[in-house]
Amino acid sequence: MREAPTDSPVSSGGPECIVRFDKVDKSYDGRLLVVQGLDLDILRGEFLTLLGPSGSGKTTTLMMLAGFEAPTRGSILLEGADITRTPPHRRGLGMVFQNYALFPHMTVAENLAFPLEVRRVGRAETEAAVARALDMVRLTGYGERRPIQLSGGQQQRVALARALVFEPKLVLMDEPLGALDKQLREHMQYEIKHIHERLGVTVVYVTHDQGEALTMSDRVAVFNDGRIQQIDAPRTIYEHPDTAFVAQFIGENNRIEGKVAMISEGLAEVVLADGARVVAEAGPGLETGADALVSLRPERIAVGEAAGSARNRHEGTISEVIYHGDHLRLRIAALGRDDFVVKAPVVGAEHLRPGATVPLGWRPNDGRALPLDG
Amino acid sequence: MKRKMLFAASVLAGAGLFAGAVLAERPLTVVSWGGAYQDAQKAVYFEPFKATGANMIDESWDGGVGVLRSKVQGGTDSGWDVVQVESEELQIGCEEGMYVELDWDKIGGKDAYLPAAVSDCGVGSIVYNFVLGYDKDKIKDAPAGWADFFDTAKYPGKRALRQGPKTNLEIALIADGVAPADVYKELATDAGVDRAFKKLDTIKKDLVWWKSGAQPPQFLASGEVVLTSVYNGRIDAANRTDKRNFGIQWNGSLFTLDSWVILKTTPNLDQAYAFLDFAGKAENQAKLPDAIAYGVTNKGATALIDPARLPDLPTAPENMANAVQISDSFWIENIDKLTERFNTWAAAN
Amino acid sequence: MADLTTLPDGDLARDLKRAERRRRLTAMMLVAPLFLFLLVSFVLPIGDMLRRSVIDTEVAEVWPNAAAAAAAWDRKSEPGEALFAALGRDIRTSAGERTIATPARRLNYALDNGRSLVLGTGRALKQLEGEPASWRATLLAENPAWGERMTWIALADAAGPLTDFYLLTATDLMRDANDDIVSRPPERSLYLQVLGRTFLVSFTVTVLCVLLGFPVAYLVSNAPERVANLLLILVLLPFWTSLLVRSAAWIVLLQDQGIVNDILQALHVTSEPIRLIFNRTGVVVAMTHVLLPFVIMPMIATMKSIPPTYLRAAISLGAHPAVAFVRVYLPQTVPGVAAGALLVFIMALGYYVTPALVGGADDQMLAYFIAFFTTSSANWGLAAALGVILLSATMLLYVVYARIVGMGRVKLG
Repeated sequence: MREAPTDSPVSSGGPECIVRFDKVDKSYDGRLLVVQGLDLDILRGEFLTLLGPSGSGKTTTLMMLAGFEAPTRGSILLEGADITRTPPHRRGLGMVFQNYALFPHMTVAENLAFPLEVRRVGRAETEAAVARALDMVRLTGYGERRPIQLSGGQQQRVALARALVFEPKLVLMDEPLGALDKQLREHMQYEIKHIHERLGVTVVYVTHDQGEALTMSDRVAVFNDGRIQQIDAPRTIYEHPDTAFVAQFIGENNRIEGKVAMISEGLAEVVLADGARVVAEAGPGLETGADALVSLRPERIAVGEAAGSARNRHEGTISEVIYHGDHLRLRIAALGRDDFVVKAPVVGAEHLRPGATVPLGWRPNDGRALPLDG
Repeated sequence: MKRKMLFAASVLAGAGLFAGAVLAERPLTVVSWGGAYQDAQKAVYFEPFKATGANMIDESWDGGVGVLRSKVQGGTDSGWDVVQVESEELQIGCEEGMYVELDWDKIGGKDAYLPAAVSDCGVGSIVYNFVLGYDKDKIKDAPAGWADFFDTAKYPGKRALRQGPKTNLEIALIADGVAPADVYKELATDAGVDRAFKKLDTIKKDLVWWKSGAQPPQFLASGEVVLTSVYNGRIDAANRTDKRNFGIQWNGSLFTLDSWVILKTTPNLDQAYAFLDFAGKAENQAKLPDAIAYGVTNKGATALIDPARLPDLPTAPENMANAVQISDSFWIENIDKLTERFNTWAAAN
Repeated sequence: MADLTTLPDGDLARDLKRAERRRRLTAMMLVAPLFLFLLVSFVLPIGDMLRRSVIDTEVAEVWPNAAAAAAAWDRKSEPGEALFAALGRDIRTSAGERTIATPARRLNYALDNGRSLVLGTGRALKQLEGEPASWRATLLAENPAWGERMTWIALADAAGPLTDFYLLTATDLMRDANDDIVSRPPERSLYLQVLGRTFLVSFTVTVLCVLLGFPVAYLVSNAPERVANLLLILVLLPFWTSLLVRSAAWIVLLQDQGIVNDILQALHVTSEPIRLIFNRTGVVVAMTHVLLPFVIMPMIATMKSIPPTYLRAAISLGAHPAVAFVRVYLPQTVPGVAAGALLVFIMALGYYVTPALVGGADDQMLAYFIAFFTTSSANWGLAAALGVILLSATMLLYVVYARIVGMGRVKLG
């Protein structure tokens, strides 16, 4: 498996910027900004995912890059050249759509040849490129079929091959796996990832599925309300969210609310309403005396014996135990909340039964104290 | 089994809907041409007739002997009793036995009517003419007859005729100098027909063809044509209701009659005779020209009509002077052949 | 499993059959009303039309003996006394019974002055007492036309029960005195020309409808819903006015003194009125207007089913928007365009009121003549034969069309 790069998001070469969004605003109705003040550098060769709930501005951002939407203010640069007013067909970007958008009246091979034909590539060259593209997505021999004769996964692979066959520098993908079922989707995630690694092409990928974003990306940009909340490597996003929104949007987490009593050496002590104290990593913008939210991943909490002598140590009463195969999911009343969720290993969990009172423990670095928004 | 019966019942019910409408006792049904004419008939004949206690309704149709033939085919009642027909339909239908042969004693006797209105199967209801119509506001020098209709030097502009061969061949021959009385003698020969088409050729590029009786006054009003063949009643109506100043040249006009017939399949024979008698009476007929400028057929009616109105009517003696009755026997015999010829002529350049 | 296989086969088959029958019966009950309706309104009339175009029993019903004798005649030898006698007796009887008009009408279709020939002879023979010495002499004395071979060919043709007379007439053919099939005289060779005209006008109207309807359909299917609904109402507006009113409106617009000509002259495009109505132009304009919705509706249905991402995908792949439109969008509209075009073409073939009102004398389509022979002249055999010709030509064209477009691709909605 791939090691998530934490420091340098670029897999090869220097951190060279291929696309730059410069103070881009977008409004459809002249009142509401769908995208506001967007500054974004996309690095050559990276796999960047734009993640966010619907209406957060991620798709609009992608469409502005593709050229199907024009920025209301600001500019977009591709390899240093301003493409803000360049029509989409001259941008030379590959694009994969959610519903594949394979042309139903053409065969698979004709679909793949289409971008080459409109570029007036020679016939022999086109045939070779089409064959290579089919081979790349392991569909050699399917060239004469019509898209309708293929399964959803095969169609998506053809769409992928078509977006890559003319060797664009940048490939945009708009929720390309949204229409596939779960198993196929996971399989395709790896396939896309591998193609990306093999070709070294820059990919900008839009999804609202955070699991997908974490699995595939070099970097993830989390969108909310038309702004990028945080842009970082998946692991940083998951483990060190900058804002309460990011913490909640990515993965499951327990919310513990309280007041910041003190901050020192990057750790914050938060006092809860019932007087209990929790120590957690201090997020950006946290101030002493302010309301804070401590975000705590369920799988980072040790239960029972394992809680040991962790710096954060509290007691809770188990109200529910659900068996998930690879782990147990416990609902626990603790720290003034009755919906505290903990994921515990199945092994050695015989004593974890509803009604049992158990110790809970976690290290300060496993929790993240963030300014409470709103 | 139950389902089968249900099915059979639904079929029978469907059939019954049709049958029921026919089998029930029904009022006397009088069928006429619709429009302003039937409105006038309603006021003059239908409503007063109903006031005598008769149970009748009126419907309208667009003519065509084929329609009547399908109505009487099979010999069962088809819902119509008395129908107003054109003279050709009268003759064909009578020969084919589609109508009741009239007992003239029940409707006032043959002597009460104009000779042209009397036949075996029908009693004439109105007399009307194809005349030469023009706009007096635009043409000061009134055309004297059909010869002027063909004179494009004297009357430049387009002229309209009824689409098809009927009336036009007669008009062409009269314009070419054939006396109205001799028109059908001439048309009975191939040379006569050739002569008529040749005459029409001379103004072919200036011709516009009208299809419904309402069109010629519209053409005159819009200035689309300067001269037209037209039903006299339409000119009168345009002058009276639209305040037009249209003129009529009666010289060489072609007249014909519409008649009432009783369909052979009628279940209301006595009622039908009662209606024909009512509509044939002089005092009733005399009211019709007030509403619409058609001549009526009872000899006694002319005396009861307002003398100021008389010059507008086809039955006025001076209007009849140089008019010719359209020959039904000629047209029945030749309409298919001459329609084909007319259309090939029209298509040729 | 063992139980099932040991069950007597007859029982299983019977039960299955019973269950199936019940299901079938229910299904039949549900379609029965529609089936009856189609039968009554569609199949029977077409069947009747086909029948009338080849069945000819009118003469045989009134003149059974003459018809039988004429049918037996070899059409080459001189008609003998027996033939004259059979005809003479039948004419006399039918004149007395007032049934003579029917054979008179039928013979008139094939013979010039055939009607007066029969009716005149009938009037004369009605007065005749007893059997004449020679029926031949009697008939010839009454009208020399009875001595002409053409008369007897016509009678033999009409003797039934089957005839090709109407179908020949409808294709501008006839039998001459030698019973050979020849062309009709030029001044009566009309129907093939009219058929060609019918197809030409329908084709022109169809092409115009597709050309004019396509942008409208595109606009409607891509506009915001509120605008699209408004546009749709405008498209359907012609349906809400009567045919006569619509045609009259076109006359007002297009006549020599009409608005269009006034504008053309005011703009100095033309110096004198140009002929826009009562000719082919008027027919094509008015019919295109009336039929436009029929091509627009299926096109909208098809266009609405084409996701906008296809165009975007093509553009993102480097195609100029115009190229993307032609290569990606256009081919996908083929089912709707093909369906709309077919619909309009077939509807246009049957038009006769509009051409009658706004066309000239040489713009009448085949349906006009069918209507003329059905209602005015009551020559139902010829009307039916013309219908058969139109139907056959249409079916032929449909087969060709299906070959070219592929009927699986035609989508009406």
